[in-house]
This record gives sequence, C-alpha cells and structure tokens, in this order.
Amino acid sequence: MKPAGFAYHDPQTVAEAVALLGRLENARLLAGGQSLMPMLAMRVAFPDHLIDLNRVEGLDGITMDQGVLRVGAMTRQRSIERSATIREACPLMTEALTHVGHLQTRNRGTIGGSLCHLDPSAELVTVAAALDATIEVAGPEGQRDVAIADFPLGFMTPALAPEEMVVAIRIPLWPREHGYSFMEFARRHGDYAIVSAATLLVLDSAGRIARASLTLGGVGAAPLRVTTAETALVGEAPTPALFRAAAACCEGIEAMEDPQAPAWYRRRLAAVLSRRALERAWARATGEAA
Amino acid sequence: MSETRCVALTVNGEHREAETPVRQHLADFLRGTLGLTGTHVGCEHGVCGACTVLVDGHAVRACLMLAVQAAGHEVTTVEGLSLADGTLHPLQQAFCDHHGLQCGFCTPGMLITLVEFLAEHPAPSEEEVRVAISGNVCRCTGYDSIVAAALAAARALRGDAA
Repeated sequence: MKPAGFAYHDPQTVAEAVALLGRLENARLLAGGQSLMPMLAMRVAFPDHLIDLNRVEGLDGITMDQGVLRVGAMTRQRSIERSATIREACPLMTEALTHVGHLQTRNRGTIGGSLCHLDPSAELVTVAAALDATIEVAGPEGQRDVAIADFPLGFMTPALAPEEMVVAIRIPLWPREHGYSFMEFARRHGDYAIVSAATLLVLDSAGRIARASLTLGGVGAAPLRVTTAETALVGEAPTPALFRAAAACCEGIEAMEDPQAPAWYRRRLAAVLSRRALERAWARATGEAA
Repeated sequence: MSETRCVALTVNGEHREAETPVRQHLADFLRGTLGLTGTHVGCEHGVCGACTVLVDGHAVRACLMLAVQAAGHEVTTVEGLSLADGTLHPLQQAFCDHHGLQCGFCTPGMLITLVEFLAEHPAPSEEEVRVAISGNVCRCTGYDSIVAAALAAARALRGDAA
C-alpha cells in the first residue's frame, strides 16, 4: 500500500500551478488528499507528477459579497463545517458536512477536492447542484466560470481541460428565512451515501411555496435536480400530501445499479428521503423546527 | 523515481530535520525515519484511523499525508501526550482505568482523535463520543470501554470528581 514513484511539485501561486499543468505530462493535482492518496496507495492512480496545492496562496477562505458566498477551492471541509458565516447564510452546506467522512478526513479534505473528485454520492457536489453554484476555473487563458449543471461530464469526470484547475465555488444565497434539509442513507456513518436528498424551500407571505429545490445524490454519475417535483411544489400550499406527491416523482427516475444497491432500492430511498427532507425544510421555513 | 527532499518540522515540540522520499507518507516517516513507532500503520488507505496524529492541533490520518507536506508544521504523536516524567495524559490514564486498551493497536489513533475532540467538546454525550471515534476502527471491538474511558477522561479534564 505504498504509492508508486512520482515527481513532487509544490507551487506557491495559481499561475505556477497552471503552468506546471500545461507543461507536465500525466500530472495530478493534490488537494486535501483524502481520495487521491488512497488511490495512489492502491495504485488505481499513477501520475508521473504530483502538483501539491497545499502551499498555493489565496486558495482558501470564505467570503460573502452582495448575496453571493464564495469559498476558495482549498478551504478545508472542517473550516466550512465550523464557519458561523456559512451556518447562518447557507445552513444546507453545514448540515451536509456532518455526513462527510470523519473528523480526521474533514480536517484535511477540501471543497475543491470533493468537487473535482466528483464521486456520484459526494455530499458537497449534491449541495452545489441544489444551490445552483458556479465553479471558478483557472487556466492558461485566465479564468472562466462553469455552472454546476455543466460541471460533471460523466462518471467522476469534471469539465476541466488538462491544464485547468478549480480555484473557488460561488453560491448565490437563498433568502434568510428559507427552509432547508439534507438527508442521506449510508451503511455506516461517514460512508458515501447510497442516496442523498438536498432540498430548499421558500414560502411567500400567504404561506405558499414560492421557490423549491430538490436534488438527489447517488442515483447517477451527477447529482439529479428533480425539476418535475420542483414544478409541482411551486405555487402550492405546503401539506404532507403535496410533499408525498412531489416525492413520488422520484419513483420514476433513472437510477444506477451497483454492488451496494439495485436501482429499485435507490428509487425507493430517493422518494422516502425526498419526502422527509421536504417536510423538514417546511418545518424549518415556518420556524417549527431548528 | 527516488526523488527525496529534506523535511524540517516540529515533532512533539522538538525541531526535527530528515531526508525523505517524496512518495513516503507521514506515518512511515514518523516511524521509520524518526523512530517514533507509537503511531501505528493499519490499512494505509485512510480507513482505519490507527495512524492518526495531530498536525497543527488537528487530527489527521498520517497515511493520507506525504511527509514532505508536513514541512514547517507542528506534529504531535502519541509519544507527545504524556509528561516528560512519564505521567500519563488524563486520556491515557482513563484508557488504563477503564480497560480501553485490548490489543492496543488502535489506541494511539483513538487517543489522538479524542484529544482534539475533547478540547472542543469538554462535556460530550455518549452518542457524540461514538460519532467522534467513528473514523477509528477497533478490531477487538472494545468500543464500550473506549467510550467509557473517553467520558471519564472528559470528566477528569473538566476537573469533576470521578
């Protein structure tokens, strides 16, 4: 369980890192290392060059500007989990992080690493999709934005050119009084979810649903926005029957099959978790649940 | 491919400098190069938690960090928990008192994880302790006594009478 040999690079700036990516063949970026290091140890990844981002300046930090939250790619999961700013403005992310790995892995793991590793069940990718996040990407030509919906190209494959890297994620914030919930089912605490559901709701002054977001993780290569359910919710008065009907949309989705769970099981989990998450989000939106 | 680098870091309060292959992980560096064999190596792919050490006060898996990445940082291993005169850390004492060690293989990782956890949660519930050590595998499955030891250590660290 030792990595094969590689050449090690530890650039200090994004420009240096991008230049190395452009110059070196078969190079991989090392962020928090909580996925790549096991892949090196098990020799399912064998880069000739490892470009360590841990000494690059300016890649971590949490800032808020005009209703948009910006989190640097190298911000540790643990820093996000403990951020009062994020707990206040984007509590969905705080709740999701309690399901990510363990204390020791969250102390190293980064948000940019989770996004680029792009595991189908990764909580932070599901949350990014639920929040319509934008990914900031740096490359030799400068910087560009990629919408989270366009970010997954396929199974564990982000829409990045070989010489590009993620530098931050931007999240447009929901109104302060929104309801939210992140729920998942995993075999053990800290495992990747078999299925997860992330939801956000906003009620109007009459108590009807003004805006809704429902996203499933773990059902396919990329997070799935259940737009049929979102459409069914908006404009309606929230009731348990409405949530049951909206969650039933999940019974018709295409779901992947793997040794952990067959597709029918994922569909059933998706419907149950969605209904529970919607009910919790509603209770939070009305102030009946913390 | 045998690129090496000189790494200077602080380990248990002492300045240390040594040459390391760049592909060597921090746990092997601590054990093989610095002779600090208290840190155990179990699965070497981030699952078992036996190699947990503190880096700048935060519990991390030493098998998922390269030794070169520790340059300039402060590492604390299980050897750094007890006092110079051999007096055990309250957590170590509680593990002895409550039979929290069986084979002892997971113990260093459990201790280090709990050092950070108890510093942040001085009065945890049993459930919170179980979640805190969920990333540490004990193959003797002696979790009950480990949890009892953690709760006793929390009381001792708070200064409550046992």
